[in-house]
Amino acid sequence: MAEIIKRNKALAVSPLKVSQPVGASLAFLGINRAIPMMHGSQGCTAFGKVFFVRHFREPIPLQTTAMDQTSTVLGADDNVIEGLRAIAEKNHPALIGLPTTGLSETQGADIHRLAKQFHVTHPEYADIPVVPVVTPDFSGCLESGYALAVKSMIDVLVPPSSNVGKRHKQVNVLAGSLLTPGDIEHVKELVEAFGLRPVVLPDIADSLDGHLTEAESSPLTTGGTPVSEIVTMGESVATLVIGRSLDPAADLLKERTRVPDTRFDTLMGLEAVDAFVHALTLISGQPVPEKLERQRAQLQDAMVDTHFMLGFARIAIAGDPDLLYGYARLVTDMGCEVTAAVAPSRAPVLDAVPAAQVKLGDLEDLELAAREHGVDLVISNSHAAETAQHLGVPLLRAGFPQYDLIGGYQKLWVGYRGTRQTLFDLANILVSNGHHEIPAYHSIYHTGEASHATPAPGHTH
Amino acid sequence: MQAKDIAELLNEPACEHNKKSKSGCAKPKPGATAGGCSFDGAQIALLPIADVAHIVHGPIACAGSSWDNRGTRSSGPTLYKIGMTTDLTEQDVVMGRSEKRLFHSIKQAIDSYQPAAVFVYNTCVPALVGDDVDAVCKDAAQRYGVPVVPVDCAGFYGTKNLGNRIAGDSMFKYVIGTRDPDPVPPDAQRPGITVHDVNLIGEYNIAGEFWRVLPLFDELGLRILCTLSGDARFHQVQAMHRAETSMVVCAKALLNVARKLESTHGVPFFEGSFYGVTDTSHAFREFARLIGDASLTERVEAMIAREEAKVDAALEPWRQRLKGKRVLLYTGGVKSWSIVSALQDLGMEVVATGTGKSTEEDKARIRELMGEKTKMITDGSPKALIGIVKEYQADILIAGGRNMYTALKARIPFLDINQEREFGYAGYTGMAELARQLALTIESPVWTSVRKPAPWATDSAPGVVMTATGG
Repeated sequence: MAEIIKRNKALAVSPLKVSQPVGASLAFLGINRAIPMMHGSQGCTAFGKVFFVRHFREPIPLQTTAMDQTSTVLGADDNVIEGLRAIAEKNHPALIGLPTTGLSETQGADIHRLAKQFHVTHPEYADIPVVPVVTPDFSGCLESGYALAVKSMIDVLVPPSSNVGKRHKQVNVLAGSLLTPGDIEHVKELVEAFGLRPVVLPDIADSLDGHLTEAESSPLTTGGTPVSEIVTMGESVATLVIGRSLDPAADLLKERTRVPDTRFDTLMGLEAVDAFVHALTLISGQPVPEKLERQRAQLQDAMVDTHFMLGFARIAIAGDPDLLYGYARLVTDMGCEVTAAVAPSRAPVLDAVPAAQVKLGDLEDLELAAREHGVDLVISNSHAAETAQHLGVPLLRAGFPQYDLIGGYQKLWVGYRGTRQTLFDLANILVSNGHHEIPAYHSIYHTGEASHATPAPGHTH
Repeated sequence: MQAKDIAELLNEPACEHNKKSKSGCAKPKPGATAGGCSFDGAQIALLPIADVAHIVHGPIACAGSSWDNRGTRSSGPTLYKIGMTTDLTEQDVVMGRSEKRLFHSIKQAIDSYQPAAVFVYNTCVPALVGDDVDAVCKDAAQRYGVPVVPVDCAGFYGTKNLGNRIAGDSMFKYVIGTRDPDPVPPDAQRPGITVHDVNLIGEYNIAGEFWRVLPLFDELGLRILCTLSGDARFHQVQAMHRAETSMVVCAKALLNVARKLESTHGVPFFEGSFYGVTDTSHAFREFARLIGDASLTERVEAMIAREEAKVDAALEPWRQRLKGKRVLLYTGGVKSWSIVSALQDLGMEVVATGTGKSTEEDKARIRELMGEKTKMITDGSPKALIGIVKEYQADILIAGGRNMYTALKARIPFLDINQEREFGYAGYTGMAELARQLALTIESPVWTSVRKPAPWATDSAPGVVMTATGG
């Protein structure tokens, strides 16, 4: 229903977009004892690493094929094989992710062939799966790179299945990049509340949730989905897919394993969570636990309590497509109006965003649209602090990166509980910003008041 | 305060209730009473006076649960927002040290905050142990050279309404008439406009809503000597007796002040309201009529024509959305028919209204405005209100904040019109805000969401009235 406005200017100002290889790396970081190695120059990796370190406040295992001038011109295939060998030899990881970059794609690397080539050249490392993924920087965004990596992992790791439902308590969860570690943790709790056992792909809640470990340092991820479990996804009773960006990955999983799936665009808001919980009760045959019914009633109460503050509020949102859709749905379901919506790149879900227009662009576009159509609150990443300041309105930080907010990576947005807290946060931000105060009027006839200030205690003349 | 003083306050000749019995409003029934005490009423009436130190003399219960709980706004000092109480201890009560503590408290307030005056609200415990608050106040005023005003309003004296009257009485006894108004500032004089001085009584500037109306007073050359008590200053209250006319805004509670101003100082008054287009225009016409300045009348009519045209245009889109929507109005103290006309201005239909505190004349006026079919509500319990909402298929409940969560729990759209509300609806521009807030809650998508059963529920029906809704 939204009209999609394409990019119509040369210069991107205050960019919103994060590149595909960074997104792909994030997906690999959700696998246990894994490491991504970007095929590109060392800068591609270094920037991505700093990006994640600042967001998650964690050491991030990330390697590079370190293409230099010679290998860029004459061929960097050896860099890939050598890089894979070095990592395998040194750390013997459970999985190596291999996203390409703008540089290697432009050069013309055949990453799928190289991944196979590695196992031919080094049969001693046949037990280490290598997952190649084509993620040029010049198309898509973080979300699409992440989705491509998830699809590649299914392609490489999940065999065709003739045993659907053999593990009758096991449910696959394909978790999109719209979910924070806090969100995924809660999704797992929801699944477990119905006596089911989730296999989450990828599980950044187990790796990037911020936890101290026995080992003082690790060159690999210290948590995440075990590869041994991904292999069994074809034996699960059902698959739950969260985020429209994972549709191609879900299609592949279903085609290969025949495990039936249910798909969800968002897990924020009463109806979205209802749909998820309903699916769980159907899959498990279990009734909805009392605890969840109570959380649902608490959310309903929060909805009626906060509708006074949120009704007619004008919200500007900038984020990757799934996130943009989720927040736009949440706030419009509360009676807000999305006056400005910006996504960094095209995705099918954008058509469904409840806003008049969705602009493919940057934070400058968000600022201009918000100025034109009015705004009371901005929802976007930390870079938008400046945007919100220009607009004179508060910012609710969401998405990547959140470098100026402690614990932003861990915030729970989804489920009845997460939605409820989000509504409280939104209402508080709007109220404390006083967007409906009537300005004081001083009568022309007013006399006898030298100063408007109330003296502080202890102050004497 | 002695029984005869209370009886005198309850006898309010200017109040319509007075004709039936001299009991003020209905007596509270143990076990079946909602609403505040005399202290509550007195504090509510006077707290908006912004440059005064308001000291609550009593144990923590009185101030502790009520300070800074008001929607009133000040354009200047914010001293009124600072909670002050003697916070009496068991030692004070048993050893008879509460008067001493009060005296020191007054000194401390004056030393720390340099207030224009100190108001001392007497509460149940000191009233019962027999503190001579009047004497302490008098002594402190002499000692420190700052007016110290006793407000003898112990909760057991009676209802909130009585407390309002006590507050008015204290102002009349100790404050009004103690100072003359400042001259009109020369730069505020305009050729051809004679400035007339007026009072507003019972206007509290909730959420700053009076600032929507005040510019019109300036334009017309009406100087507000004092608003009792929204955004008021102590020196303004002192000079109220010099006004040419007073308007009693939307409340009978401070009628005694208006009546005494008339009988003692010859200041005539009228009752009116700034809610709704009709009433706002009517109020300005009343000022012109009582003042009797032909040029003022002319300016008033021109202003009304202009403002009504402007608000009419502003309300048009809202009327489309609100037309025919059904309202249950339960207003408590506010004159129920004054909001009715505001809602009718918007094309809404008021299907029922609370009349617990209305007089026979009020009820006649309600019938005249809304027709004989209108349900008059006397039982304001949550269960009864929700029942009426369902029975009359009301789209919205408009009531005081106390009833807000009753409505919300029953999944019914709600608009708060009492003192704690966050939005101002007064005057012409306030109507647009009122319309916006009505549409906001009526049209909110949350109602559909929360009324719908969970997808896995087949037989439960949300939104049914529970038997044990609290009060």
